Order: sequence, then C-alpha cells, then structure tokens
Amino acid sequence: MPEVIRNLILILMAGVLVNNYVLQQFLGICPFLGVSKKVNQAVGMGIAVTFVMLCATAATYPIHTYVLVPLKLEYLQTIVFILVIAALVQFVEIVLKKFIPALHASLGVYLPLITTNCAVLGVAINNITDGYNFIESMISSLGVGLGFLLAMVLFAGVRGRIENCPAPKCFRGVPITLVAASIVALAFFGFAGVVENLLAV
Amino acid sequence: MKNNKLAIVLRGIIAENPVLMLVLGTCPTLATTTSVESAVWMGIAATIVLICSNAAISALRNVIPEVVRIPCYIVVIATFVTAVQMILQAFLPSIYDMLGVYLALIVVNCIILGRAEMFARKNTVVDSILDGVGMGVGFILALFIISVIREVIGAGCFWGIEIPVISDFRIPVLTQAPGGFLVYGIIIAVMNKLTEKKGGVKRKDFSCEGCPSAHMCNKTSCSEMTELAVEAKTSSDNNAREEGEANA
Repeated sequence: MPEVIRNLILILMAGVLVNNYVLQQFLGICPFLGVSKKVNQAVGMGIAVTFVMLCATAATYPIHTYVLVPLKLEYLQTIVFILVIAALVQFVEIVLKKFIPALHASLGVYLPLITTNCAVLGVAINNITDGYNFIESMISSLGVGLGFLLAMVLFAGVRGRIENCPAPKCFRGVPITLVAASIVALAFFGFAGVVENLLAV
Repeated sequence: MKNNKLAIVLRGIIAENPVLMLVLGTCPTLATTTSVESAVWMGIAATIVLICSNAAISALRNVIPEVVRIPCYIVVIATFVTAVQMILQAFLPSIYDMLGVYLALIVVNCIILGRAEMFARKNTVVDSILDGVGMGVGFILALFIISVIREVIGAGCFWGIEIPVISDFRIPVLTQAPGGFLVYGIIIAVMNKLTEKKGGVKRKDFSCEGCPSAHMCNKTSCSEMTELAVEAKTSSDNNAREEGEANA
C-alpha cells in the first residue's frame, strides 16, 4: 500500500475510533447529550455535523493558508474561523432551503445548533495545529464527523435502554446519562492500538 | 439596592451555578479537569472573557441591532478570547500549552454566549459585570471541585504535588475520559440530593436555557425540535408516497 494512502487511512481511523472527539476529547458534548434520545435524531444530527465539518474545513483551510499566513495574521485565527463557520452554516442552510428542500427538511433543523458547536471549530483549529495539508485536513474532518456520528448512534441506543430503567431519584435525567456516557467512553478504550496493528505501521 | 447587587453575584455561584445547576459549558468542564492546575487556569481565563464580554455587550446593548446580535456577540467574545490567548502566550506559555485548543474554544462556550443573550443585553453595565463575576466564580468553583476529585483519586496528586498515602491507591481511569463523565454525573446527582432536601429544585434536563442558538429555533428543548424534524420528514415522505400513488 502506498505510504500516502496508508497515512490517510490512519488519519481517518484515528478520527473515527481512537481520538473520538466526543468520547475521548470532550468536544461537541452539548449535541451529544441533547439530541441523542432517539436513534433517527442521532443519525440526522451526526450527518449534519459531518457535512458542516467538511464545509468548514474546506473554507477555513484555504483562508488560513492563503490569507492569514502570508499577511502574518495567524493570531486572528480564532476570530476569523468562528465568523467563517457561523456565516457558512447560515449560508448552507439558505442554499439547502432554496435548492435541495428534501435535504433541508431532514438536516435543516440541526444546522442552527451547529453554528456554535465546539467540535466544528475544534477540528478546524486542530487541522491547522497538526500541520495537515488540504487533503489530510478533509480526511481528518471526515473521520472526526463519522466518529461523532458513530458515538451519537451508539449512545442513542444506550439511552433508549436507560429511559426504561428505575434509576435512583437523584440520578434521573442528566446524572445517569453522564454515567452511561462514561461507560461508552470506557468501551472506546478498546480501540486504542487497533489502527496501528491493523495497518502494521 | 446593595442586597440586590449581592444577590446577582451569589446567584451565579450557587442557585444558578452554570456547570452544576444549568449544565452548561460541559466541554471545558470535562476536558480541563484532569488536573487542578489546568482546571483553575481554564476557569480564570473563561471568567476574564465572561466579565469583559458582559461589560462590552451591556455597554453596546442599545447600539447592536436585534437581528444580527449573535454574530456581534461572537465578534466581541472572540476578540477578548484572542486577547487572553495572546497574554497567556506571552507571559505564561506553559499554561497556554497546557490548555491548548480549549483556550480558543472559550469562544463557543455556552456560558459566555448564554449570559450575553440572557443577561447582559437587558441589564446595566455594573449589573452585567457582577453577573459575570458570579457566574465566573461559580464556574471556577465547579471546575475546582471536579478536578480535585479527579486529580487526588486518579493521579494521587494535588496541583502536581504527590500525596503520600493516596498515591499508592490511585485509580488512573479517573484522569481519563470515562472518569470525567463519571465524576461529573455523580456530582450532579449529589447536588440533586442536596437541593432536594431544601424543598426541591426543578428537574434538570438538557434544556435550551442559555443555549446561544435558542432564539433561532424557539423550541423548549433540543429533543422537541428534533421530534418536529422527524414528523416533518415522515409527513413529507407520506406526501411523496401519496403523490407517487396518485401518479400510478
């Protein structure tokens, strides 16, 4: 397998399993806990986040490389990225509403929630900090998005079971959900080392 | 009048503690509480941004147009975050490296945007600063409690200094991701138990209270909104099916 492709698979798998943003790095916890009550909602939210992450990276990476770096304005990274992402999400929503109403009906409602999602800003900043090139950044965003989707869907299944459990009164609601998230995160520890062994790096 | 001001500060620390009562700002809470040092610095950085942005947004509350207020707030907050980042990078580089990406992510911290939306845009500058102080101290306090539990039991240390006996019996998983969720969950449960005795407190859920996107969706909770989405989707599917049948 060529070195380049192996590297890309490594980045993708790291995003999905090993460095899962929700369960290992605590980014994007709000939608993870807020919109994971049912599996179909979780899928919708996960797909919307993946989509926005790809768009955000496609927009912020060129801006950083071709505008901020040549002008030596790297310190404006935070302020520029958040504005670009916020504007982009609004733009995507308007475009979807106008041209692809079917997609807007299923993803549109999740978009306002994603504007200030820390996972989206986090992946845009991390791609720059990790020194990825454009292709690697896009693959990384895809991996992180899919990892988010996976965590959401798994956790929605877990939550469906919790709702029917007679938890102690003071644990009902938020606390038992967090304890369940802890166990799901523990399960994700099992993936540590999987990628290295799989590709024999 | 003086009591009123004091009440604004105290409310943020206990009754409306952003982390323990409103369940806001979960990301930095879980991510930076692996050690007491990083948790306290995170709390201080967020508090400075919160106080400054509350003051600025309150001062500008008659200038900012209602329709584009969220982008305006984001610019104000991002400016202060950048300033804090640059100050830390210049004077405390070790702290800057320790907090890493989470420092930049103060921009999207629900607590800060939430207070701008809920409090600063409706109140005077002084009240907004006091609200920022109260909420900030509440945030630091909550981070401190969680990080003490995680660092002392998980790593056998306090502020990086090893504690003799406890360090022989540490539970390392508490300093990792699962431990964060677990400790946070248990602390909220304990808070529920404590407030329950005092006459009960409203049941906590992941509500839109303080959610910066709340004005865009106008629903009472995220789950309600997504239920609407599902309904809309099924009804559009049904419509499509009916149309298909009609065509057939």
